[in-house]
Amino acid sequence: MSEDIILEARGLSKEFKGFIAVKEVNLQVRRGTIHALIGPNGAGKSTVFNLLTKFLTPTRGQILYKGRDITGMKPADVALLGMVRSFQISAVFPHLSVLENVRVALQRPRGTSFHFWKPEASLYDLHDRALELIEAVNLTPWANHTAAELPYGRKRALEIATTLALDPEVMLLDEPLAGMGHEDIEGTAALIKRVSANRTILMVEHNLSVVAHLSDTITVLRRGEILAEGPYDVVSRNPQVMEAYMGSTTAGEVGHA
Amino acid sequence: MTAETHKMTTVAVRQTSEDTTRRTLLLAAGLAVGLAAPFVLYPVFVMKVLCFALFACAFNLLIGFAGLLSFGHAAFFGGAAYITAHAAKVWGLPPELSILLGAGFSAVLGLAFGALAIRRQGIYFAMITLALAQMVFFLALQLKFTGGEDGIQGVPRGQLFGLFDLNQPLVMYYFVLAIFLFGFALIWRTVHSPFGQVLKAIRENEPRAISLGYRTERYKLLAFVLSASLAGLAGGTKALVFQLASLTDVQWQMSGEVVLMTLLGGMGTLFGPVVGAALVVTLESYLAGTNLPVPVVIGAIFVVCVLLFRRGIVGELQAFLARRKS
Repeated sequence: MSEDIILEARGLSKEFKGFIAVKEVNLQVRRGTIHALIGPNGAGKSTVFNLLTKFLTPTRGQILYKGRDITGMKPADVALLGMVRSFQISAVFPHLSVLENVRVALQRPRGTSFHFWKPEASLYDLHDRALELIEAVNLTPWANHTAAELPYGRKRALEIATTLALDPEVMLLDEPLAGMGHEDIEGTAALIKRVSANRTILMVEHNLSVVAHLSDTITVLRRGEILAEGPYDVVSRNPQVMEAYMGSTTAGEVGHA
Repeated sequence: MTAETHKMTTVAVRQTSEDTTRRTLLLAAGLAVGLAAPFVLYPVFVMKVLCFALFACAFNLLIGFAGLLSFGHAAFFGGAAYITAHAAKVWGLPPELSILLGAGFSAVLGLAFGALAIRRQGIYFAMITLALAQMVFFLALQLKFTGGEDGIQGVPRGQLFGLFDLNQPLVMYYFVLAIFLFGFALIWRTVHSPFGQVLKAIRENEPRAISLGYRTERYKLLAFVLSASLAGLAGGTKALVFQLASLTDVQWQMSGEVVLMTLLGGMGTLFGPVVGAALVVTLESYLAGTNLPVPVVIGAIFVVCVLLFRRGIVGELQAFLARRKS
C-alpha cells in the first residue's frame, strides 16, 4: 500500500436482512485531498460513510486508517485517532450555546471530562480558542446564542467549527451542503475548501455539480457498488454515470439531478 | 484575537456573573427558609420533604441532565435505608457511618445496575432498571435481616460524631439539612462541571458526542452511579429520621413517585425536584387527614400537570421569566 493513502476500504460489504446495501466497495482516499462520494438516492453513500466511521459494522471487508486495521474499533475510538465525522442532519447540541458547542469538543483532549467536582470555570481558558474557531466560520455575533436559535446554514457552519476544534486529520462530511439555500452553498463550499488545508476530507454528496470544483477525486456509487472514479472531468463524461442520474445523457443535466 | 472576539468574551463573562448573582440570591433565600423551617413547621415533616427532595434531585441528575429514565431508583433509596438501619441497629454503628454505608451500598448497586442497563436506550433502559429493582424488592421481602413485612423498626438515631444527640428533634433536623445541602451542592457542581458539559452534550445529541470521541456509555455510567449514591444518601437519612426501613421504600411505587415529583417540579431544572418533592409530600400528608383517595388525587394532579404545563412548575416559571426578559 502506498504511503499517501490515509483511508482505505477493501471489499467492504453491508447486508441488512438479505438486502445488500453496499457491495464489495474498494475505496482509497489519498492524504491531503478532497474526495467526494456521490450517487443517486439509495446508492449506499451514507451506509459507506457509517461503515467507515464505525457507526455501522460491515458484514464483510476491511477498513484501514493509516495502514492500521480499524474494522473492529468503536466509533469514539476512531475519532480519537483523528478521523471525525459530521452528520446529514445538522449535528449540534441545540440547548448549549454556540460557544459551549465548540468548547465541548475542545475540552476532550484535556482529560478532565470525568471531573464532576471541578467548576465550569476551569474550562474558561478554552474560550479564546473557541472564539477563534467561531470567528473562522463567521458566527461571532451568535457566540452566546443557543445553537437551536441558528438558521440552518449557520448550524452547519457551527458543526464544522466544532469538528475543526478537534483538529482532525481526516474530516468526513455527510452531505454538508444538503438543504442549504444557494447563497449558503457557496459560502460553505468556500469554507470547506479553506479548512481542507493540511487535511483530508471525504464528503458525501447527492449533487454532482456541487462537488465539481471542490473535489480532487469523485467516486460514484450506484446500488451499493462503485460505478466510476476519477476527477470531475472524467466522471461527468462517463455514460454510465449519466445513465445513473435519471437516465440523462448530458453533463449539464447530471449536475441538477 | 480580534477586538470583536474580546468583546464577545466580556459579554460571555458578564452574562455568567449575572446568572451567578441571581443563583446566589436564590440559594441564600432557600438556605434561610431551610434554617427557619423547623420553627414554623413540624420538623419531622420538613425532614421528610428534605429526604424526598434529595432523592428527586438525584433522580433528576440522571433524567434531566443525562436523558436517562430509570424506573428502578427505589432500589437505591430503599436498599440504602435497609443497610443504614441494619448498621445502626444491629451493628451499633454511629449514624454518620451507617448513612455512609447505605450510600456506599447504593453506589455499588448502581454500578451493577448501570453496567447491565446503560447500553440500552429509552424504554428498554427503563424496563431493565425496573426488573433489577424488582429483584431487590424480592430480596428485601425474603432475606432475614430485612424483617420481611415488618421491616427494620426502632432504628436508633444515635450520637453524631459521638457529640450531638440526634434524638433532639432540632439537632436531627439540622443534620438532615446539612446532608441535603451537601447532596444538592454536589449535584449543582456536577451539572456545572466539565463532566456536566459532556453529559448535556450526550443528552442533546449522543451520536455527535460519540463522533467527537467521547465514549458516551462511560459518562452515562458515572452519572448513573452518582445518581444512585445520592438516592442512597437520601434513603439512608430517611431511615434514621423515621427510625424505620420498610418495603414501602423499596417497592416500585417509590420509583414512580420520584418520577412524579421530578416532572411536577420541572425536569432538568435544579430547583424543580425540590419544589416537586415538597408539593407531593405536603399533598400526601394533607390528604391523609381527609377521606379522599390519595393516589387518585395525586394522579389527577399529575395528568393536569402533564397536559397544561409540561415543563413542570419551575420549568414553566423559568420559561415565563425568559419570555418577559426578551
